[in-house]
Amino acid sequence: MAAHPYAAWRPAEEQTFQQAAIVQAEMLGKQVLGPEGPLVLLQDISFSVMPGEAVAVVGASGSGKTTLLGLLAGLDTPSQGRVLLDGQDLFALDEDGRARLRGSMIGFIFQTFQLLPGLTALENVMLPLELMQRPGVDARDGARAVLGQVGLQERLHHYPKQLSGGEQQRVAIARAFVTQPKLLFADEPTGNLDQATGARVIDLLFELNRRQAATLILVTHDEELASRCGRRLRLVAGRLNSA
Amino acid sequence: MTALLLPWRMLRRDWRAGELRLLFLALLVAVAGVSAVGFFTDRIAQALQRQANELLGADLALIARHPLPEEFARSAARFNLRTAQTVTFLSMVLAGEKNQLAEIKAVSENYPLRGQLRRAERPFDPGVIAQAPPAPGTAWLDTRLINVLAAPPGGAVTLGTVQFKVDAVLAQEPDRSGDFFSIAPRLLMNIQDLPATELIQPGSRITYRLQMAGAPQDIQNFRAYLQPRLSPGEKLEGVEDARPEVRAALKRAQQFLGLAALVSVLLAGVAVAAAARRYTLRHLDDSAVMRCLGATQGRITHLYVGQMVMLGLAASLAGIVVGYFAQWTLADLLGSLVAAELPAPSWRPVAFGLLIGMVTLLGFVVPPLLALKDVPALRVLRREIDAGKPRTLSAYGLGLLLLSGLMLWQAGDLKLGVYIILGTAGALLFLAGAAYAGVAALTALRKRAGVAWRLGLANVARRARSSVTQVLALGVGILALLLLTLVRGDLLASWQGSLPPQAPNRFLINIQPDQRQALREFFARADMPDPALYPMVRGRLTHINNRPVTARDYTDDHAARMVEREFNLSWMSDLPNDNVVVTGSWWAPRDYDKKFFSVEEGIAKTLGIKLGDSLTYLIGGDTFTGVVTNLRKVDWDTFHVNFFVIAAPQVLQDYPASFITSFYLPERRAEFLSKLVQAFPNVTVIDVAAIMAQVRRIIERVTLAVEYVFLFTVLAGLLVLYAAIQSTQDERRLESAILRTLGASRRQLLQGLVAEFTLLGLLSGLVAALAASLLGYVLAERVLHLPYTFNPWLWLAGVLFGVLTVGVVGWWGTRAVLRRPPLQTLREI
Repeated sequence: MAAHPYAAWRPAEEQTFQQAAIVQAEMLGKQVLGPEGPLVLLQDISFSVMPGEAVAVVGASGSGKTTLLGLLAGLDTPSQGRVLLDGQDLFALDEDGRARLRGSMIGFIFQTFQLLPGLTALENVMLPLELMQRPGVDARDGARAVLGQVGLQERLHHYPKQLSGGEQQRVAIARAFVTQPKLLFADEPTGNLDQATGARVIDLLFELNRRQAATLILVTHDEELASRCGRRLRLVAGRLNSA
Repeated sequence: MTALLLPWRMLRRDWRAGELRLLFLALLVAVAGVSAVGFFTDRIAQALQRQANELLGADLALIARHPLPEEFARSAARFNLRTAQTVTFLSMVLAGEKNQLAEIKAVSENYPLRGQLRRAERPFDPGVIAQAPPAPGTAWLDTRLINVLAAPPGGAVTLGTVQFKVDAVLAQEPDRSGDFFSIAPRLLMNIQDLPATELIQPGSRITYRLQMAGAPQDIQNFRAYLQPRLSPGEKLEGVEDARPEVRAALKRAQQFLGLAALVSVLLAGVAVAAAARRYTLRHLDDSAVMRCLGATQGRITHLYVGQMVMLGLAASLAGIVVGYFAQWTLADLLGSLVAAELPAPSWRPVAFGLLIGMVTLLGFVVPPLLALKDVPALRVLRREIDAGKPRTLSAYGLGLLLLSGLMLWQAGDLKLGVYIILGTAGALLFLAGAAYAGVAALTALRKRAGVAWRLGLANVARRARSSVTQVLALGVGILALLLLTLVRGDLLASWQGSLPPQAPNRFLINIQPDQRQALREFFARADMPDPALYPMVRGRLTHINNRPVTARDYTDDHAARMVEREFNLSWMSDLPNDNVVVTGSWWAPRDYDKKFFSVEEGIAKTLGIKLGDSLTYLIGGDTFTGVVTNLRKVDWDTFHVNFFVIAAPQVLQDYPASFITSFYLPERRAEFLSKLVQAFPNVTVIDVAAIMAQVRRIIERVTLAVEYVFLFTVLAGLLVLYAAIQSTQDERRLESAILRTLGASRRQLLQGLVAEFTLLGLLSGLVAALAASLLGYVLAERVLHLPYTFNPWLWLAGVLFGVLTVGVVGWWGTRAVLRRPPLQTLREI
């Protein structure tokens, strides 16, 4: 592991000052073969996101928001086009290469939290650090500190099912930020929360994002939430409709 | 080290979450059964290994049923070998009013050549090493004989016509052979006294041994020299073939107990696979999340497989510890039959236990687990994406393949191994077929049942494959127990029931021709029925149809032993009452002087003798050839004197013969026997009842040991059931939540579950009882030739055991489902 992706990525930090795009989508398209013939999910999507930006991807249900997020994060492969993350062509890498890239520069927050039910809050947050095996990083201390930042220092040893929805999402936020990612993807982060809880979680999300100077790409159908982001990308039936 | 750290942590986390307990238990059971057997057989093998040349008392022994030519001892001396002679035979030993059949061993001055001869002053003392064997005129008795005869050192015993002073307790002799069943106690005497006892009579069953010891090269040279000079009936035994009967028994025990333990590995493997599959399904999302968080496929594999290897090691070690303690029970049950003291086990079974654990892991856990690395990361966004569930074939295929390999290895013989694998597969297929038919039949009942039963039936039918697996796994366990308890009991009872109430219980052998009249008068004076005396000459079968016969001609062990032994040949005019001629015809008076043989049909089949064949026997130094004119069926269970081979009445009477009889001795007439032995000291009394009791005790112990090993099988079967219930847990929760929402009461749901498990247990019990009855029938009618009696208890016990165990395990496994409020379940899933 001479050229750890994390190490390779570090010098790119300087590039952020030269205003190179951290995310660049070029003519992205995705079709699948449905029961009634080919189905176009996304078509001709091109845009770029600058470091430090907060971008909301909005659109009606079924407009392709989640598909786009999956492609941007390299969780899925496009039918056409490409995605550059920090200048790196995502789909020139193999699946494992993309996984390493995700581990080194991307944080995720999901609508359904996606905490591992068998792990405590602390262990869930430790997990990305443990998976990366970054030398000299103490997963326990790092996780403890971030959980402190999201206000869960009293809940370290609780299991997900012993936590409320808001608390679970805060654990998920801590897990997303613990690796200090450059890029954060959030998929309907308040979708499973009531309004007041959702609002507090969002405040926390923006606060941490600002503090870590990360780039945020947030998928939501909630216009009010989208309005807190600097820019909105609107998807209509799989096409980008710049707002 | 860091490579192990995360798998270790994950293991701890998953363990805490209770996800791995079943897997751990199933692996433990698989390893424990195998280890118990492994530890036990290892100890016996070691005992044999350690005592190898002690067991022979020499480096080489020449064994025969006739006196060995002086020439052999002289040539041994020329090869620089030291020699000693022993003569062993059975005889009655008397002390005052008491008498006992003992194995007499008369030894020469320099006995033993190898190993220790120990003498003691009191019974049960370890004693001291003896510098020389008993002096002429004295005898050493083992503890058992001293106790039976109440003749401690200082006392006297009579053997044949000579009185011996009891000089010491025989504490240990190196070449104690034939005591596997420890039927007769031992008396050791000096070979010089032997002629005076007048016990060596024609027709007596005597074993002569020439023992030799020397440098390995000299032994080898002499062996090569002697081999071509041996006459029939003379056998060389080296250190490597000492105690063949114990070695054969050990090999059998190793094979049989080992294979029995492998059945539990097979079932545990199914439980392991089911648990691993469930574990995999429950971790698909975790794996997707980790992929999302940057874990590569290699990393995921490393994490999960590493975790399982650690779990497997821990479970195997725990299983080995359980097996270590479990083997003490086996050693208690069987060890004393083989050796007085078993050495501590070696490390070999530990390695074998670990191997079994790892093989089970590799075969049944790893294949489904590998599906985890293929989970698409996109599943975190879209749950509906197919995660590539583990396939059944991959879950069981490798495991079954590896287990088949283990079975082959355990059987130690390709043909036997293939038979066993095919037999196991056939039996499982039969049971599976029966289970499947049962499930199908139940499905047909569904329309007529009430709501609770319909729910239960629906569950059994809908998860048909899983139901069949559960019925099968538990059925195998119940079958094993039914066979070993009820079926065995039935067969034994059927056999005992077939014995006449006053069947002869004593045999008298070695009766000399001139004692016949005196013996009959002795019986008459004592008011005992007149004994039927049968003449008997000893002869070795050398040719069939003028073709030489050797043990090597027979692949069947039993046949080979029959050929090596001397036959007891008799002659008579009339066919005995309990014999029936099945082929050919019994001789008419005009044929009394013809050289005709009548052969028992069983031995004829074993040795391949047909009607019209000519048989040549070596009797004393002469050969005698006759023609087989009929085959007989003998009812051995009458315990009358019977013979494998009978000659026409006027052709054998010039050969040296002794006579034999059997009679029924009532319990209260014990004094008759003492007087008889005093009056006819050379006559040997064989207590059939005591021998049968001894054999029954041995059989009981062996069955107990096998039952004990099969307990692991039942345990594994229950784990399969539990694993199957666990794997349907989420589905059950959802169903019961929906049913509750639709208005079903807790009571109705409970009834549904009770119905389901009752049906499963019922099916398991029925399938097991069916198979046990069939096997019992085949064993009785085809193998043992006993009348088969239908035993309804078999079915009742099978069904009850099935319903109860499945009921308890099922309730235990699903109790959580009923306790949960439906909304909580619906929210979680």
